[in-house]
Amino acid sequence: MSTNYLLKRVDFIFKNENDWEDVLKKSITRPPQELINELISSELKGRGGAGFPTGLKWKVASEEKSDVKYVICNADEGEPGTFKDREILSRVPFKVLTAIAICGYVIGAKKGYIYLRGEYYFLQPELNKAISEFEYFCKEINFDFSIKIFMGSGAYICGEETALFESMEGKRGEPRNKPPYPSSFGYMGKPTVINNVETLAHTYTIFRYGSKRFYDLGVQYSRGSKLFSVSGDTPKPGIYELELGMSLSDFVEEFGDDDTKAVQVGGASGFLVPRKKFAETNIGFQGKLVGISLPTGGSMMLFNSSRSMFNVLDNYLNFFAEESCGQCTPCRVGCQQLLMGIKAVKRGDKNAQYLDKLLKLAETMQITSKCGLGQSVANSFSSIVENFREEMIY
Amino acid sequence: MKPIIELIKDLADKHGRERHNLLPILQGVVEQEKYLSEYSMIEIARELDMPATEVFGTATFYSFLEHKKMGTYIIRICKTITCAMKGEKQILLTIEDMLKIRVGETSSDGKFSLLQTNCLGFCHKAPAMLINNEVYTDLTPEKIREILTMYMNKKEGGENVN
Repeated sequence: MSTNYLLKRVDFIFKNENDWEDVLKKSITRPPQELINELISSELKGRGGAGFPTGLKWKVASEEKSDVKYVICNADEGEPGTFKDREILSRVPFKVLTAIAICGYVIGAKKGYIYLRGEYYFLQPELNKAISEFEYFCKEINFDFSIKIFMGSGAYICGEETALFESMEGKRGEPRNKPPYPSSFGYMGKPTVINNVETLAHTYTIFRYGSKRFYDLGVQYSRGSKLFSVSGDTPKPGIYELELGMSLSDFVEEFGDDDTKAVQVGGASGFLVPRKKFAETNIGFQGKLVGISLPTGGSMMLFNSSRSMFNVLDNYLNFFAEESCGQCTPCRVGCQQLLMGIKAVKRGDKNAQYLDKLLKLAETMQITSKCGLGQSVANSFSSIVENFREEMIY
Repeated sequence: MKPIIELIKDLADKHGRERHNLLPILQGVVEQEKYLSEYSMIEIARELDMPATEVFGTATFYSFLEHKKMGTYIIRICKTITCAMKGEKQILLTIEDMLKIRVGETSSDGKFSLLQTNCLGFCHKAPAMLINNEVYTDLTPEKIREILTMYMNKKEGGENVN
């Protein structure tokens, strides 16, 4: 493994939490508009995977006229290969709580929620302890804000923001039609800002150090750093904070096992990149960079040459078929048909050309599904079938 | 253990009786009972003054809200990609062999239920599993035998092992 790799390690998220009281006190004396501008000029984009500009989200919600608004921290971390949000909530909970409260101050909300996935139930006692300490401090400085944990119950789809609202309202976690967007019609029909755990942690950095420190990291269209959850065939699985915009070949040089065949960027709903495309692939949001830019919620799964890509796809499709909420037909039926389809080709019940039909079906799902789940099945499906077609057949 | 009707009433007093309080109430019943019986869903509907079909519809959506009788300890093995790559099958076989049950079944003494689940978020420490709310990672057949033996020797009613 070469030592002069080009990955730039960053240490923002997990350091200096002990100054949260000052950060909160200082931030809530600044005009909300100033804080929004700070976020906008940092060019922070949502770290859950979708990449919506955070400053804009807060701005739109702040302009809504309503007596009741909400801030929700999305901790329904369910994307296969992602485990960074749990680490943030257990190691630097006060950063997240502070960021939720500052967001509340900016948009005019008095209540914040953390939607915590059922699988992370064990985090609850410690997190509740942090919340009571935090609320005690808010009272001391006469800042009226409360935070509550809302537990999920094992449904991947509830990480989709509108499905999450439905779930909090006591219903099946079925995504809503958009628009209206959460910033005008969110939880209980009220204006709501919903941000991923990591996004909130980054806003803390930005309010603490100023937007320039953040903006100076990364590349054009993909500013700042990001936590990466690294797993699979790697000698060093774990969580790493890196600058955005790195090339995948540098990443593989650092984390691969010298036999990396492909990397899944962005979890099961992301893209599989084969070895021949490592050099031209960058990790970041779509922009005018040279080559391909792949956004990610931070899930990076490495596969070496001992892995069957058919088995990988089979595993993903099982996941989607189970986690599809079943509300819209393209996703509900599509996931099952793709799964049955690749198995039929493998068995030889269907010929190889049938894969092209399945690719078309995946494309149809991308266009016609109601939410991100059904829309993104095609990402992994097409990138695996197109790059490893022979493994699907033989 | 509280009688179910009393438990539901207490949960409704604690969380509230509006629709948006439904999930915490369902979770509270599952915490004690390990599953939602038809009877408890009907009782929740009565307590919250809503149609029982709505309670059923919501409850059956969530994979952690079981609606079939479960054992005292629910084992959930992660079967998503990284765990599958790192030996989840071997772990599953070891458990099936030890408890003499298959996925989806409950042991005859009512102590263990074995289920598979999707990504638990411990891919860097795969394979992983949950036993009720406790997480166990970096599993090997030897480790599984140790963990299960510990649970087997536990007396009914005791909750936390660690």
